[in-house]
Amino acid sequence: MFDLHGYFPMILEGMTLTIEVALLSLLIAVILGLFGAIAKLSKSRIARSIATVYTTLIRGIPDLVLMTIIYYGGQIQVNNIGDALGWDYIDISPFVAGTLTIGFIFGAYMTETFRGGILAVSHGEIEAALAFGMPSWKVFLRITLPLMVRHALPGFGNNWMVLAKTTALVSVIGLHDMMYNAGVAGGATRQPFTFFLVVALMFLSITGISDLGLRWANRRYSVGVRKV
Amino acid sequence: MDYNVIIDNLPLYLNGLWVTIQLVVIALVSGFGLAVPLALMAVSKTSLLRFPAKTYIYFFRGTPLLVQMFLLYYGMGQFEAVRESVLWILFKEAYWCAITAFALNTAGYTAEILRGAIEQTPFGETEAAQACGMSKSTMYRRIILPGSFRRALPAYGNEVIFMLHGSALAGVITIVDLFGAAKIVNARYFVPFESFITAGFFYLCCTFCFVWFFKWVEKHWYAHLRPRIS
Repeated sequence: MFDLHGYFPMILEGMTLTIEVALLSLLIAVILGLFGAIAKLSKSRIARSIATVYTTLIRGIPDLVLMTIIYYGGQIQVNNIGDALGWDYIDISPFVAGTLTIGFIFGAYMTETFRGGILAVSHGEIEAALAFGMPSWKVFLRITLPLMVRHALPGFGNNWMVLAKTTALVSVIGLHDMMYNAGVAGGATRQPFTFFLVVALMFLSITGISDLGLRWANRRYSVGVRKV
Repeated sequence: MDYNVIIDNLPLYLNGLWVTIQLVVIALVSGFGLAVPLALMAVSKTSLLRFPAKTYIYFFRGTPLLVQMFLLYYGMGQFEAVRESVLWILFKEAYWCAITAFALNTAGYTAEILRGAIEQTPFGETEAAQACGMSKSTMYRRIILPGSFRRALPAYGNEVIFMLHGSALAGVITIVDLFGAAKIVNARYFVPFESFITAGFFYLCCTFCFVWFFKWVEKHWYAHLRPRIS
């Protein structure tokens, strides 16, 4: 269908990197999101305000800008601190910067999703658990967490899709991901459209497969919910 | 930290802000115009209408905005036919490439939001409309669409903010928007932290304006849902 002039392996290599970045940052995002949601719903005012500042700042600034702040700016800040403490020069690789930034950004979105999910759990269930004498961490692990999955799943799925697509931005800070390689191949063969279309199809396959998985999970977690 | 450079270059940033606003507003308005018919097609029972709309939505929601923009900006020049047609006036300018990509992208997302909202119309409402003897078009115009716009509002507010954030990508293809301005300042004076933080600050202000605006609209449109204060 496409004449790729033997550049296909290079695109595939880029895709592996893209998937690595995506999955690692998803892990960071979920962990940050859970902590963020707990902080946002906690009784401590300090925890609440830290979480609020985090989500507001992150969701207010474009991911691309955040990434450049962390990659270019963070490099300088880290070494300024390092100089003061007498460390050697520390090099932040684009992989680390990209993964951390994306994880950090989507942690904020996950916080909101999980918070909404937790709030949607009907209060009676939690009351019943408390009435059984469960300590609050047990209520969270056994009742709130499993029940909130159903409510949080659509939002989680959306966040994951957006996250997977955001990984394309790491090419801007010089990581040799799928986009970057497609740019190189497109420039060399003078067929940029073909190569970017291949990248688009690759992303479609990633999101398509995720969609199937999420649909399955959604069905699985909505068992017992009546539908019109 | 050296913020004197930033203050000296404030006009550059403000100019960038103006470009960003242009990009976002033009893209949002034309994207919304495209999204309404797309959403109506996507809920249609005729597969000939539904299939193209669903494919469009699937493609634009499933691929990164950066790829879509590069397809237009770098990719279109690959075709002799495009270079010789009138479209080339549009596609040879980075500015119009970015706006076209943004508009097509946001149309896909908005159509999906509207589709969801239309499908969530309570059955009782359409049943009542049918019982009143409304034709299908009247029902859409008077019952389904107004209710759907209202239901779609929170999600659409998010989409608007995503579009604002997405517009930073324009800086990648040589447009001097806010991000482009930060890139120029960084390249001239090598102040990566200060230059990008400043752009981030401006984006933050824009986001707050949008959030505030949507809160205000929601207050109007959701007035009937607010608890009454006696």
